[in-house]
Amino acid sequence: MSNTAAISVSDLTKQFGDFTAVDAITFDVKQGEIFGFLGANGAGKTTAMRMLCGLSLPTSGKANVAGFDLYKESEKIKKNIGYMSQKFSLYEDLTIRENNRFYGGIYGLTDQQIKEKTQFMLKHLHLESKADTLVKALPLGWKQKLSFSVSMIHDPKIVFLDEPTGGVDPITRREFWTMIYEAAHRGTTVFVTTHYMDEAEYCDRVSIMVDGKIEALDTPAALTKQFNAKGMAEVFVQLARKAKRSDN
Amino acid sequence: MESAVKVERVFKNFQSGKTQIEALKDISFEVGRGELFGLIGPDGAGKTTLFRILTTLMIANKGNAWVDDLEVVNDYKEIRKRVGYMPGRFSLYQDLTVEENLSFFATLFGTTLEENYELVKDIYVQIEPFKKRRAGALSGGMKQKLALSCALIHRPSVLFLDEPTTGVDAVSRQEFWELLRKLQLQGITIIVSTPYMDEASLCDRVALMQDGRIMDIDTPKGITQKFSKPLWAVGAADMYSLMNDLRSDERVDTCYPFGQYHHITFAEVNQEIQGIEKSLVDKGHTNLSIQKIEPTIEDCFMELMNQ
Amino acid sequence: MKQFFYFIRKEFYHLLRDRRTLFILFGMPVTQILIFGFALTNEVKNSRIAILDNSKDEATTAIIHQLEASRYFDIVENLNSYAELEPTFQKGQIRLAVVFPEQFQNSLLHTNAAPIQLIADATDPNVANTLTNYASAIIMDYQNSMKETQDFPYTITTELRMLYNPQLKGSYNFVPGVMAMVLMLVGAMMTSISIVREKELGTMEIILVSPIVPIRVIVAKMVPYLLLSMVNIASILLLSVYVLDVPIHGSLTLLVFECFLFTLTALALGLLISSISDSQQVAMLVSLMGLFLPTIMFSGFMFPIENMPIPLQVISNLVPAKWFYYIVKDVMIKGTGLETVWKETLVLLGMLIVLLTISIKKFKVRLE
Repeated sequence: MSNTAAISVSDLTKQFGDFTAVDAITFDVKQGEIFGFLGANGAGKTTAMRMLCGLSLPTSGKANVAGFDLYKESEKIKKNIGYMSQKFSLYEDLTIRENNRFYGGIYGLTDQQIKEKTQFMLKHLHLESKADTLVKALPLGWKQKLSFSVSMIHDPKIVFLDEPTGGVDPITRREFWTMIYEAAHRGTTVFVTTHYMDEAEYCDRVSIMVDGKIEALDTPAALTKQFNAKGMAEVFVQLARKAKRSDN
Repeated sequence: MESAVKVERVFKNFQSGKTQIEALKDISFEVGRGELFGLIGPDGAGKTTLFRILTTLMIANKGNAWVDDLEVVNDYKEIRKRVGYMPGRFSLYQDLTVEENLSFFATLFGTTLEENYELVKDIYVQIEPFKKRRAGALSGGMKQKLALSCALIHRPSVLFLDEPTTGVDAVSRQEFWELLRKLQLQGITIIVSTPYMDEASLCDRVALMQDGRIMDIDTPKGITQKFSKPLWAVGAADMYSLMNDLRSDERVDTCYPFGQYHHITFAEVNQEIQGIEKSLVDKGHTNLSIQKIEPTIEDCFMELMNQ
Repeated sequence: MKQFFYFIRKEFYHLLRDRRTLFILFGMPVTQILIFGFALTNEVKNSRIAILDNSKDEATTAIIHQLEASRYFDIVENLNSYAELEPTFQKGQIRLAVVFPEQFQNSLLHTNAAPIQLIADATDPNVANTLTNYASAIIMDYQNSMKETQDFPYTITTELRMLYNPQLKGSYNFVPGVMAMVLMLVGAMMTSISIVREKELGTMEIILVSPIVPIRVIVAKMVPYLLLSMVNIASILLLSVYVLDVPIHGSLTLLVFECFLFTLTALALGLLISSISDSQQVAMLVSLMGLFLPTIMFSGFMFPIENMPIPLQVISNLVPAKWFYYIVKDVMIKGTGLETVWKETLVLLGMLIVLLTISIKKFKVRLE
């Protein structure tokens, strides 16, 4: 983990009419950090993440993602980030190779690069024999690991993970987190949004959003200490119970 | 203890293209009346299929099951009057209001909200302020409470909840489990499934399911007591190289990342901890902490998976 | 019974709250009728024609007056010589020229045979054909009126009569067609979508697990769309009678009964589709490709069935819309009664019974 910021956000705000979905949030994510971005349903997590991915323009505030300005260079940002979620992943009716080719093509990789990447990925995941298998025929755990690899096919500087390991068996889940550790070790910044606190505990630092604001930001250990709690779940519940708009 | 649900050697296969999928392989268990029973396992373990067989929506290939001493195939009509069911991904009618959803499900089961108000009171007071709102405009937590009310409205004797807490935030999950405890006090048998291991400790008894099989059934305490070896939690500043170092150490049997720590077991039951600590320090690890811990359900689940 | 009524009420909530779909459902028949009635017509109106009258006598003047009075023609050019014909056509100013020879009235009175030349721009052969037919009909009319006033005992005239639709109105043909289309679409597609949506939502599982009898679920799903279809029938009929001047010659009661029967058949088809589809898209696609297209192609409303190859003619017998289209044409336009359409009615009834039985049997009490 180095000290250069991969994501740098100050007073970032998003308003929908009278409603302030994201209310002047300020934080930095270091390069190679695993950063947990937590919040209750409706706290503004999704809106904030959409802005960081360049999918929605902020109302005010500043942000720099992967070295690019959010307002002026959103297209460059998109080239330098990867995205994976439990819901959106691979095309079930394409084979592993075809999925790679497609996503590699989207990010402008050459055929040679795609070939090499695919070879490397299959070897790494021990899936060489499954290269031409339809994705839907693979077990869920494999799909999850595979879609993480595909989201990294263009060596993004930052990868956004949206509830990446929900519903996966505990061993596969560990394998998945090992992959995330490896990616972070190689210098990729990992930005995880989740409302599962055990996922949060894997992160280097976590922020917790309540009613559009970041109410806490620190390492899981420091937060549990600060809130005199047994784990992140307790920290989260203490903070989120204060929320006024969770049911709007 | 009289049984509310009894399952005897149930098998269920599906045809998917050319391949046969064995969704359930030889499942047997009993749930006592008034029990809060958890089916714990990842997606694809067979939890939903088991629920569908018990709620008479599917027929097993082999074996039999009883709900309230009624046989699930022949007495399906009678069972349907007595069970409450909240399917996974259940989202109610988005275009009906809270009130309309409730009264629809009430009339479907031949009752009214007033008749069983006592039972759903605790939940209903929380959603009542929004009763004129359409279900589609409710938050995740509120939708889940509304769905629970709908499943409860006819005062079922057995309540089946398929992954009710998936996709819901930590606060709502906690409140939901508190509600289930209150319902249990009213004498309702509750069978709930979840992929989240940490929810297992909230049940009276749990069945750990993986790949169509039940690996173990016991009280949460009973399960953690069966863990075969002493378990240690190790933490350091650089968790990734700590994991690599531990995994390459011959004395270490298993090493799994567990949030802020790695949980490890040793090949030798009486492994001396100083030696391990020293070699980690020698490798340059800082902020090192090693402590013996009680295993969690998740530790046990992984041990069972490896057997 | 309360269950059942509440179920119907719930269906109405769904229907009434989905404003956009509702708007389409009510708007569709109206727009279709209007589009077919005014825009997509194969009738020809106000066609620009030229006259080359080399005779300029009483008879030609009378015929020209009649041509001018008809709503089909607009005389834009009076030519003086054959030489002017070609350029006028080439400039695209006219589609038809009527040429009277010299001594027209004379020849007519004495030899009883006077030729009139009709020259049409046949780049669009259908239009050319229609125009010459209209013009001949008008000329024939004049000849007939002559026959009445002046006594020609042995004059042989070609008789051209357009049966049931003397003005050759296209609306006589498409009103029954649009009815078949709209009823099939609303009935089959909307019913199947509304059932499949419950599967997608997961509410179908709860409904199945509840004590409600499946047949009540089915009927409750059908009632709102049956009513909606009846409203659509009313709006189509009102528009046809008052806007398009298509009269209802036969019994209204019989007509409504036949519509009712056809709607039920469509609903039963929708039910059948819902039992084989798992998503709303599939249900929609199956309804469109499997029902809507055959309704257009095989009802006889767009393409005459007699001209089709035998295998297609056989297939057309399986399309309920074909029978419905016959019935509506007979009852509404020809004004005949049950005595002529009882066979077709029985076919529809038979289809309904078979479809309903299959779909009720196929409606599962379980998930597989």
